[in-house]
Amino acid sequence: MGPAGRPRVVDVALPGEAAAMSGVSSRAKVIERLRLGDKVFRLLTKTAAIGVLIILGGVMFSLIDGSLPALRTFGLDFLLEQRWNPVTEKFGALAPIYGTLVTSFIAMLIAVPIGLLIAVFLTELCPMWLRRPIGIAIELLAGIPSIIYGIWGLFVFAPFLQETLQPFLIATLGNIPGLSVLFAGPPYGIGVLTAGLILAIMVLPFITSISRDVFDAVPPVLKEAAYGVGCTTWEVVRNVVLPYTRVGVIGGVMLGLGRALGETMAVTFVIGNAHKISASLLAPGTTISATIANEFTEAVGDLYTSSLIALGLILFVITFIVLAAARYLLLRIERRIG
Amino acid sequence: MRSNDGKINARSRSALYGARRRRSAVMMILSVGATLLGLGWLVAILGELFWQGFSGLSLAVFTEMTPPPGADGGLLNPIVGSLILTVLAVVIGTPIGILAGTYMAEYGRHDRLSMVVRFINDILLSAPSIVVGLFVYEVMVAPMGHFSGLAGAVALAVIVIPVVVRTTEDMLMLVPDQLREAAASIGLPRALTIMRVCYRAAKAGMITGVLLAIARISGETAPLLFTALNNQFWSTNLNAPMASLPTVIFQFALSPYKEWQKLAWTGALIITLSVLAISIVARTLSASRKSS
Repeated sequence: MGPAGRPRVVDVALPGEAAAMSGVSSRAKVIERLRLGDKVFRLLTKTAAIGVLIILGGVMFSLIDGSLPALRTFGLDFLLEQRWNPVTEKFGALAPIYGTLVTSFIAMLIAVPIGLLIAVFLTELCPMWLRRPIGIAIELLAGIPSIIYGIWGLFVFAPFLQETLQPFLIATLGNIPGLSVLFAGPPYGIGVLTAGLILAIMVLPFITSISRDVFDAVPPVLKEAAYGVGCTTWEVVRNVVLPYTRVGVIGGVMLGLGRALGETMAVTFVIGNAHKISASLLAPGTTISATIANEFTEAVGDLYTSSLIALGLILFVITFIVLAAARYLLLRIERRIG
Repeated sequence: MRSNDGKINARSRSALYGARRRRSAVMMILSVGATLLGLGWLVAILGELFWQGFSGLSLAVFTEMTPPPGADGGLLNPIVGSLILTVLAVVIGTPIGILAGTYMAEYGRHDRLSMVVRFINDILLSAPSIVVGLFVYEVMVAPMGHFSGLAGAVALAVIVIPVVVRTTEDMLMLVPDQLREAAASIGLPRALTIMRVCYRAAKAGMITGVLLAIARISGETAPLLFTALNNQFWSTNLNAPMASLPTVIFQFALSPYKEWQKLAWTGALIITLSVLAISIVARTLSASRKSS
């Protein structure tokens, strides 16, 4: 727009009215009005920002409030007992907590090395023209809703595991003393191991894309210097890239862990929903989120509902700690890079 | 390195070098293998989904209601339910998210409130969605005494807000300060600077954020299970339980009936296709922004 056509503030702020206003007093009025608008807008944005805090506070408060009856009735036993009996109204959270931790552990055990290796491939080996397509594909994998993983896990992955991997594990590792406990029992298909594997697929994209981003942030000079003194690609990764990005990688892993701990639908489909702690990874189990998803709408009685909300509170506290740690670590590396 | 005498050293050095190269080669082959595994998994999931989903796709899916067990039918009511819930969640969540993001990027860029909100928001961004469902159950469903579509929309809005806050803030941060200074120099008030200058400059990025939020909630199941619940019948009443695609998939997939399982696959395909389409549009938007 040319200088002649540039709108005055008044035209922008109050189109239509501007033409009518030309006197000094009306100008003061307009400025007054603009000032008021400024204040109102600022207040609005601040309210919204505080609103975000209120939401978190509300989540915390409502969970604590809802779980009080259960926590009052069972006390610390709620965390330490395995029983889960809706008929006698005796509840303990140990089995879901155990299931949540074990499935997430299996997921991280598989997803972390694979995710890091993919990130290494993308930053060190992959030809330039292929980097973007593969990166996008990995991120699309992250965008697929978890219920898709669930339905795929139930109809395709679990039967596949039942016929191939699980009999194999029973036949081989099942005979080794010590490990045999972990791989005992018949191959159900669904179970703790299957849930862990599905979770691994789900968190893989998160770990990959964050690791790739922090790997990319390593100053090329550092890598070039290492190559210059004769390091192999792996040595550069192992001794330059990983130490430099350690904090960021751990942050990414924790972020993935946060997802795995709270993931609901993918797990609910394939875990089998059995309220007991089995030593065998092939046996059905349950997680906190799967228990809530399966039982909440059918829960009758205040104590039952309250116990489920208490489970939610435990989940929220665990994930909050993990995610806060992840954010803190990622913030640290962001500061160093930026 | 250690000493410089004799051939033995040279030989052992070349042997050592060979070992290092082999070790590197092994790790690089592993990394290629990991990538193939990751992509293979994606292909396996999408392939199966397309195979199962397309075989059940027909016009009836979009024109008929969810059937009783053992009968044929479609997914019309859950599709419409999902659309209503998503639109409502975006309508509730987007303004709050944009305003909060605006405060953090424009007014209180370095103040304490922004730092706290930023931290909390990042945590809400990846908080378990089932907990959001419990929260909305406690504050809306329990006091009202019944499940409702409105509660479902609010639960989804709680998931929309952090995504929009994050992208709005990031995008406004990218707007060069010269633009703000130029606006200030012609006497434009702060609020107008933000609305007429900053929002315009950051528009593409902010729309991308909303699209990402839509992609995120269109597959969310956990927060709907005990807020909007589900509805076997046609209903657009926001005060009553409302069907949605994810909850219908959940119910149908776990049922023993072949027809229901088939519809679950088809529903899963519809969700995935829309999520992929939205992500791709969002990606193109932000890519065109970068290149321009």
